[in-house]
Amino acid sequence: MRRLRAIVSTDGTGQGGTKAHNSAQGTHGPAHGLVQLITPSGERVSHPEFDFWVRDITDEQLCSLFEDMSVIRRIDVEATALQRQGELALWPPLLGQEAAQIGSGRSLRPDDFVFSSYRENGVAYCRGVDLTDLVRVWRGNASAGWDPYAVNMATPQIIIGAQTLHATGYAMGIQNDGADSVAVTYFGDGATSEGDVNEAMVFAASFQVPVVFFCTNNHWAISEPVRLQSHIQLADRATGFGIPSMRVDGNDVLAVMAATRVALDRARRGGGPTFIEAVSYRMGPHTTADDPTRYRDPNELEDWAAKDPISRAAALLDRKGLLTDELQQQVKDKADAVAREMRNGCTTMPDPRPLDVFKHVYSTPNSWLDRQQEHYARYLASFGDPAGATSEEGAR
Amino acid sequence: MIKEFRLPDLGEGLTESEILSWKVGVGDTVTLNQVIAEVETAKAVVELPSPFAGVIKELHEQPGTIVEVGKPIVSFEVTDDAGTPPSASGDTAAGVREAEEGEAPKRQPNLVGYGAVVESSGRPTRRPRNFAAPVVERIQTMSVVEPVETTPVETQPVETRFAETTPGERPRSTPPVRKLAKDLGVDLAAVTGTGPSGLITREDVQSYLEGTPTEAPGADQPVPDSRETGAGERETRTPIKGVRKFTAAAMVESAFTAPHVTEFLTVDVTPSMELLARLKGSREFSALKLTPLTLAAKAVLIALRRNPALNARWDEANQEIVTFNYVNLGIAAATPRGLMVPNIKDADAMSLAQLAEALTALTETARAGKTTPADLSGGTVSITNIGVFGIDAGTPILNPGEAAILAIGAVRTMPWEYRGEVALRQIMTLSLSFDHRLVDGEQGSRFLADVGAILAEPGMVLAMV
Repeated sequence: MRRLRAIVSTDGTGQGGTKAHNSAQGTHGPAHGLVQLITPSGERVSHPEFDFWVRDITDEQLCSLFEDMSVIRRIDVEATALQRQGELALWPPLLGQEAAQIGSGRSLRPDDFVFSSYRENGVAYCRGVDLTDLVRVWRGNASAGWDPYAVNMATPQIIIGAQTLHATGYAMGIQNDGADSVAVTYFGDGATSEGDVNEAMVFAASFQVPVVFFCTNNHWAISEPVRLQSHIQLADRATGFGIPSMRVDGNDVLAVMAATRVALDRARRGGGPTFIEAVSYRMGPHTTADDPTRYRDPNELEDWAAKDPISRAAALLDRKGLLTDELQQQVKDKADAVAREMRNGCTTMPDPRPLDVFKHVYSTPNSWLDRQQEHYARYLASFGDPAGATSEEGAR
Repeated sequence: MIKEFRLPDLGEGLTESEILSWKVGVGDTVTLNQVIAEVETAKAVVELPSPFAGVIKELHEQPGTIVEVGKPIVSFEVTDDAGTPPSASGDTAAGVREAEEGEAPKRQPNLVGYGAVVESSGRPTRRPRNFAAPVVERIQTMSVVEPVETTPVETQPVETRFAETTPGERPRSTPPVRKLAKDLGVDLAAVTGTGPSGLITREDVQSYLEGTPTEAPGADQPVPDSRETGAGERETRTPIKGVRKFTAAAMVESAFTAPHVTEFLTVDVTPSMELLARLKGSREFSALKLTPLTLAAKAVLIALRRNPALNARWDEANQEIVTFNYVNLGIAAATPRGLMVPNIKDADAMSLAQLAEALTALTETARAGKTTPADLSGGTVSITNIGVFGIDAGTPILNPGEAAILAIGAVRTMPWEYRGEVALRQIMTLSLSFDHRLVDGEQGSRFLADVGAILAEPGMVLAMV
């Protein structure tokens, strides 16, 4: 059952907010300031343009955003543990990037379509991806974890930046359909150095398609610091393509949500692509196979820990008197339940059968593939394997 | 119910990890995901979270042990309702299985890490097909060399999978072991593998260095344990491992293969010390750290040009003497991890200022414990600065694979003959060890004399280059 988590902007249909929309656009030239609505100490600061875009966020919704960030951090911790226990082959942690993922993921409509990298497991959670499906690929049990059309999110792209092209192409399709949905693509700072991302931005700008380029600048492309990759702010790169861009505090869930809504609104009105640089930090390793202490200054991690997205949201709730024991318990229970469900789904996942490999190659019958499958079945039979490896159940 | 936790592949294709420490003891009650151990892989130090809630029944491996992926490391007493999820098949997934008495390790139906398990014979056993000539079972003799670093596997005809090892193919081993061998200067072709299908293990490389055959696999090697020390602590037993182990192996290898000759030369280095003082006052060098070692290193590089025989290697395997046309200058350094000899690549191409900079960087890196394996490999000749400890002379042991090492003594103010009279001069002793297999006394002596001449009178360089 799909469990979409979204707080769709009341202005999502383009009613009202024109003034704010236009003035927000005015700030998107070069020399970006960092948009922030919640300070690291949890103070809600006002912003002349972006306040408008989160004015509908109630206390209840704020608590719910806090819950989601806590839950995906828990998913992340559990999956990392599962990898250490040999249950997953690999896991790309999102620790520290919760606000960037929840703030943007919760802004999307069900008919928007997400094209993400491998790290957006929090966005996948918002889209309603099943928890077991979330870890399917990382367990090596499938080539892809879920049906993209069931949740309107493509399965994560491992090739750095390739998904930006897919999103741009999808957005061209939306344009041809005359629909008002948006393609949203997620990638990291390192991806902005890739050809694919640059090509995608050229096409997105040329055709003025409804696509949002959501770049999570987590400061590290594995071991390569962002400052070596770009001598200007990443948001300024988009300007060169004629794409308006914003630079927001990626650890500030409200600022991210506001920026995403600005971009979505522009896309829905036919205003073309937007580039969002969410400035965050990868507090963990690149993947579970990485050791960041080999290349990273521990002081840097300490600095960013002080800007933690979840403690910041908690501090804001506390100032508002909303951070009750009850809320904290409720969030913890939810996180525990989600972690339990994911662990259970992961460890009880049936192994794929050898012939499953033929299942998802073509959607229509293919004689070449049939022959290969037949040969492979004969090969498997030569082992006299009683384990049912040759069972037709696995076949297409 | 007893459940075993077997070491998983913690980082995309690793075959082994070292247990650094246990965070729990036998009898401790642990919760799910509680950190139970710290483990170091070739890629990272990671914490192992407990896969069960239960009581620790047994720790199978001591800290400091290198464990193969798939080997049981800890057993838990788990109650059935202890919150562990039921597994997909009876034989549970991943690194977890129920313990059975005397059960031979077998491939588990699961994930990562186990694909490369060496205990399988490498290829699935096929039944002979009745429509073809019977295939002779040659599994036991399959000391197969994998078609490594090559192109598509599917082009391999079936027959070649049963090919015997042929010369010229890479000896079968794992990347960490290949790296170890490279670091220690061991040619894997000369090592006999005792692992399955002739796989060369870490122990094989080490015992090759020590000149002893490895024990048959399976023989339990007792791990020295500091806890075995008797009451009163009159002695401390430290397991031999890590850098200490490698240093020992390298020193033994060097001392008992290369016939060492050591020569001494005491020089009046007052002119060098005066030159250093002048350079420090100059604009180009004012920001750099200049020491007697800097000048000695430069003198060695100049002297090597005139005596290339000392910048060479005895290649036993190929029965060749390799003379290097470049100098990777090793500098022995005491580091937090023990003795290391990182080297300055292509030091012969450096100016004095560049050399001074490189020496400073090398020392700082070593002191910070951040020396990389690349820094340590590929040295061609070495210097050890025993003068910093106030020592005059010694008989240094060659860095394995190198033909010469120069020890630089302390600079002392001593009465010395100067222009026919006795004067207080600054004196230093140089000690040079060289490999007498490829360096004769004449070459060694000329080299040492050249180094001494430069330090005694830096202007002599004009007559040498």
